[in-house]
Amino acid sequence: MKREPAKFKVNGGIHPAYNKQLTAEKAIIEMPVPSLLRVSMLQHLGAPAKVEVAKGDTVSRGQLIGEHGGFISVRVHAPTSGTVKAIAEAPTATGGSAIAVDIEPDGEDRWVEDITPHPDWESLEGKKLISLVSDAGIAGMGGAGFPTHVKLSPPPGKVIDTLIINGAECEPYLTADHRLMVERAEDIWNGIRIIRKILGCATVRVAIEDNKPDAIAAMEAVMAEDTGDSAVVILKTEYPQGAEKQQIFAALGKEVPSGGLPMDVGALVENVGTTLAIFEAVVKGLPLTERVTTVTGFPVKAPGNILARLGTSYADLLAFCEGLQGKAAKVVSGGPMMGFAQHSLDATTTKTTSGLLFLRPDQVRTFSSMPCISCGRCVQACPMYLMPAELSQMIEAEDIEAAEELNVLDCIECGCCAFECPAHRPLVQHMKQAKAGIMAKRREEKAKQKS
Amino acid sequence: MVEEQKAETPEPVLNVVSTSPHAHSGASVQRIMLDVVIALMPALAAAVWFFGWDALRLTLSCVIACVAIEALCRKAMGRDLGIGDLSAVVTGILLAFNLPPALPTWMAVVGCVFAVAIAKQLFGGIGYNPFNPALIGRVALLISFPVAMTKWSEWTIPSPIGIDALSTATPLGLAKTNVMSAGTLPYHFDGGTMLQLLMGDQNGCIGEVSALALFIGGAYMLWRKVISWHTPGCYLGTVAAFSCILWIVNPEKNLPPHFHLLAGGLMLGAIFMATDMVTSPVTRKGMMVFGVGCGVLTMVIRRWGGYPEGVSFAILLMNSITPLINRATAPRVFGHQRKNKEKAS
Repeated sequence: MKREPAKFKVNGGIHPAYNKQLTAEKAIIEMPVPSLLRVSMLQHLGAPAKVEVAKGDTVSRGQLIGEHGGFISVRVHAPTSGTVKAIAEAPTATGGSAIAVDIEPDGEDRWVEDITPHPDWESLEGKKLISLVSDAGIAGMGGAGFPTHVKLSPPPGKVIDTLIINGAECEPYLTADHRLMVERAEDIWNGIRIIRKILGCATVRVAIEDNKPDAIAAMEAVMAEDTGDSAVVILKTEYPQGAEKQQIFAALGKEVPSGGLPMDVGALVENVGTTLAIFEAVVKGLPLTERVTTVTGFPVKAPGNILARLGTSYADLLAFCEGLQGKAAKVVSGGPMMGFAQHSLDATTTKTTSGLLFLRPDQVRTFSSMPCISCGRCVQACPMYLMPAELSQMIEAEDIEAAEELNVLDCIECGCCAFECPAHRPLVQHMKQAKAGIMAKRREEKAKQKS
Repeated sequence: MVEEQKAETPEPVLNVVSTSPHAHSGASVQRIMLDVVIALMPALAAAVWFFGWDALRLTLSCVIACVAIEALCRKAMGRDLGIGDLSAVVTGILLAFNLPPALPTWMAVVGCVFAVAIAKQLFGGIGYNPFNPALIGRVALLISFPVAMTKWSEWTIPSPIGIDALSTATPLGLAKTNVMSAGTLPYHFDGGTMLQLLMGDQNGCIGEVSALALFIGGAYMLWRKVISWHTPGCYLGTVAAFSCILWIVNPEKNLPPHFHLLAGGLMLGAIFMATDMVTSPVTRKGMMVFGVGCGVLTMVIRRWGGYPEGVSFAILLMNSITPLINRATAPRVFGHQRKNKEKAS
């Protein structure tokens, strides 16, 4: 049996209503290309991509339309064939804005001609494989969107001996990764083998929460033939088991040092969607132009796991899912714990859009500025072992330095504290505010030192 | 196609945009306070059973006074009334439970002023008070009206010589004066006495007499996860261990552990007052330190102090170092080394 229970678990965590039953059994369906695709140049963490096309240009699917805008940046490709209608600043789902390329599809959905599949990838060198990943424009599809080719190129001296594939999908409602593991296990496994080759690491752990027995079975089946050290690690269902540091601890019992990276403990974590994208990029030679998004929530008429082209507007996604059957008071891009609330359905999907969640009015609670009653529930819930209650009060008193001393920068913004808070305090907002403040201060100091 | 869909399905209202998370456990301060009120009901029933009308009179007047004073203070400060969170109701019931049955209503109201206006609202209201408001109210009354606050009802004591006698002293008070003057204990302990104390057939403050009723309330709060076992468990455990040692060393002069556990205000204090969220630590370790500290102080006051009972003072003293306990027991942040390890390396 290629499975093992997680030997470790961080304290804290929460058990929210998962509501995955809305879409867990629904096979992935491909959405037809909508009438307009608005492809953002910022679908990842880092510098936005530089636009490589001009208004009026005809593009083919997979054609490069955005080149790396820096070292930490990701390429962008046309998600279908058509005409560039406009290039303009557009709002992103995360509340900011970035340049986006509007493509009017021509209905032919024609791929570019220079697609080179590499079914013989096993004979390729690691460097070549990384360049294929980089060319395909892959960013971490779990949510953060860190450029994958950068992640796969550890600095000299750093040894990565364990690859962890994140199939926890601990966010309530979301089932996109779940369905991928059930339906595309073989391809994911080949993606894993490609990463294994790139890193030269022997050990592979696929971490899946125990609420997805079918995904566990599927992954185990495709791994059965492997002679190396690989196994499915079965995590107890608890949010946030999918958080990188918590997952490494659960699978390996190693703590990533504060401010450090997984590679500091010899580990690398890739999301299952990203792993599949690596397979597509290397074996089939296809750039990343689509992803599975779970469109869900009780008000949605036909919730499902939708394979949609990047740049599909949220309004089109909802329309494809037959619209709403009741009132929705909140729309979230991503999952309910860490997703971003939307003020309209104008934003478009990106490489990190794992879900589009609609919440009923009675599911929506507003935060208040009620005082903390020191119940300690946030302290018990925090998977980073912080004291959110105390931090939040310091930040309210604008004592950012004190918050820095109490390690606010270690906060992963998972939202466990705010989920538990009986006073409904905006704890995550406070943490984000303090972290942004500290980072701005540090940048200022750096700039001063330079001048 | 898209236009048609829009026409027949309701538009999302999208009236709430906020930071994550967009899910919540459903817990609220009001619900927590309501749970505490529910948990106090068995003890209220016991109080009415043993003390009759006086128990009801004190409880009702304290609740009404606390809520009214809270509303008045909030209004005077130009803030939201804030009485909807039910915390003033809890303070009112707890203060009443800490009063002797014959206390005049006006004195109880004075206690409420101390509890809500001075101990709570002057510090900024719920969440900001460093001391347990109900205990501040009780201690203020004890110091202001020492006679009225120690005037107890009559109680049949289980005598060591087999002839029961009536007394108006509390079990702990009687033990203290007897040990101090005569040097011997006034009681005869057997299963019957234990049962008597457990059920609440003793004199004392109206809400503290029935350990059983308080226990039921505590179990309810544990089930509802309003409290955890750490504070009451360590508090009661420490009292039991401390008194056990004293008793083994000298059983002539020291009360046995089961008597210490069941008599006086210990159960009320350990289950309902030491667990007050605002004034006790937030970490599990801190709760344990707090409980042990309360236990030690209670025993020191009971055994060597001037008062026969020390629960109120013990909890208030520990309240004062709650912030320090929080700081000292802060968990090691994930990915950080312990301070001393950092230095060593």
